[in-house]
Amino acid sequence: MKYNSQKVAYWFFALSMLLLSLQIVYGFIMAFAHMGYDGLHPFIAFNTARAVHTNLLVVWILSGFMGAAYYIIPEEAEHELVNVKLAYIQLISLALVGVVAIIGFHFNYWEGRKFLEIPRPLDYLVVANVLTFLGLILTTLYKGKKRTTTALVLSMGLLFAALLYLPGMIWFDNQTMDSFFRWWVVHLWVEGVWELIMGGILAFLLIKITGVDREVIEKWLYVIVGLTFISGILGTGHHYYYIGVGKTWLVIGGIFSALEPLAFLAMALFAVSMYRKGEKKHPNKIALSWTLGTAITSFVGAGLLGLAHTLPQVNMYTHGTLVTAMHGHLAFWGAYGMIVFAIISYTLPNLTGRKLFDSMTGIVAFWLANIGMLGMTVAFGVAGVAQVYLERKMGMDFGDVQKEIQVHFFVLVVCATMFATGIGMYIYEFIRYGTPSKEALLTKD
Amino acid sequence: MLSKSQARTFFLGGTIITFVIFLGLSWTSLTKEVPKRTHDENLTADVIAGKHLWEKNNCMGCHTILGEGAYYAPELTKVVERRGEGYMRAVFSSKTPWAPRGRKMVAHNFNEKEIDQLIEFFKWIGNVDLNGFPPKPDYNSTINTK
Repeated sequence: MKYNSQKVAYWFFALSMLLLSLQIVYGFIMAFAHMGYDGLHPFIAFNTARAVHTNLLVVWILSGFMGAAYYIIPEEAEHELVNVKLAYIQLISLALVGVVAIIGFHFNYWEGRKFLEIPRPLDYLVVANVLTFLGLILTTLYKGKKRTTTALVLSMGLLFAALLYLPGMIWFDNQTMDSFFRWWVVHLWVEGVWELIMGGILAFLLIKITGVDREVIEKWLYVIVGLTFISGILGTGHHYYYIGVGKTWLVIGGIFSALEPLAFLAMALFAVSMYRKGEKKHPNKIALSWTLGTAITSFVGAGLLGLAHTLPQVNMYTHGTLVTAMHGHLAFWGAYGMIVFAIISYTLPNLTGRKLFDSMTGIVAFWLANIGMLGMTVAFGVAGVAQVYLERKMGMDFGDVQKEIQVHFFVLVVCATMFATGIGMYIYEFIRYGTPSKEALLTKD
Repeated sequence: MLSKSQARTFFLGGTIITFVIFLGLSWTSLTKEVPKRTHDENLTADVIAGKHLWEKNNCMGCHTILGEGAYYAPELTKVVERRGEGYMRAVFSSKTPWAPRGRKMVAHNFNEKEIDQLIEFFKWIGNVDLNGFPPKPDYNSTINTK
């Protein structure tokens, strides 16, 4: 750690881990409900659990991104964060908004729009919060000595992510219009600007871990984010097949979303080849595992599994079934969960000054979490494909089909337990590192 | 070999061009297609109030509509056609959790006016042109047919 203000990142990461733990708890509640064990229904109905699960996901990932930015930007710009106190206020307000929203979901205080359930008054607080964050990051960058491509791509991703939150706040009477603009937020986030953020963090990590020349890494970063936008922006069309807009989107969405895996493939090839090329072998093997892991898993989860049901002819049958949950889990985990884990694994030793990265627990955590998530994805996939055939092809009633596929949720729970164990071990390591220290400023990263 | 500035041009150029196309297509869809395909003229006060109830109770947290939402309960775009109004009224007014095959729905206990509004909303959305979604089951057994 070179700058004292980078310490604030630690607390964003801690918040991130706390919210992830809660997210997993609500995931289990839903998995058991799918198996028929819904004893919690009077207190936490499925729609509550679902809203909590997805919103916690969004908030823990965003908290991780913010932590990453607070660490990366000072280091890249070679300038202390302009106002550390404000960053802590922003952290606390982010946590408060999250907590209030989640408690509200238990008392019917929500907006009932998938992923954007946070009620309107809280939306304004989110906007104020994100503006504070962006203000801090951009001013630091502006006042800094250097403006590197990595820092610019990361900041651009964060800025656009904030702007794209706004279309989700417009009220429409027409459900089709509502859905149309909801995807401007959700799709253009996860298959657009979030990939910029991911690319920025990934480039930073590769520069630090592999020691490959910055110019080379940043050149490919441009190519990757270029591919992301070229395929991803028009790829939004794959959400417009069956919501009440015209047939043009079947063609546009089909073609461009079929290209979407290219960006992720480029990302995977890029990470692996930079690692091979690198002369420097950084001793932090756990950070390296997560860095290469995120590049590869995002290609499988977001790229390939997305492609599996993105063509209109296939999507006609899989749209609105558990097949979507299959893709969603490995995509979010691979692309955004793992990149947050990678940056945390890299920064913790630097923030705390304790180089504990040579631990077996960390490696076991990596494999358990990943194999567990892969198993969950397979369970969702099997359940989803069975659902498609029974319900959409054969015409069995929804409820009868759900009875038939209950068994797959048992497999899901087993794999989820493995995943949760891995996450538990990772958090154990996180706690073992302790909090940021003054000495960390003196030690070499 | 590709230089960094060429890579940047590729990124900026590609982004701007696709974004402009995206905005153009969106504009056409929203102004020309959506009003016709969704029968904008039928968006009565009751339909809109029904949509509001749909959102206020986070129905999307279990069901899907237009194929979007959660996968715990049935897709509802064509529910009027599939179940009919009478069945829907029974579900909406149930004071205990409606639980076909054991899977519980939240007992919303809607009043008469709210039920009318919800039904109007579902009638409206059932008539939106969805390019053939949801698909009609097309399985024919080769064993049981002669």
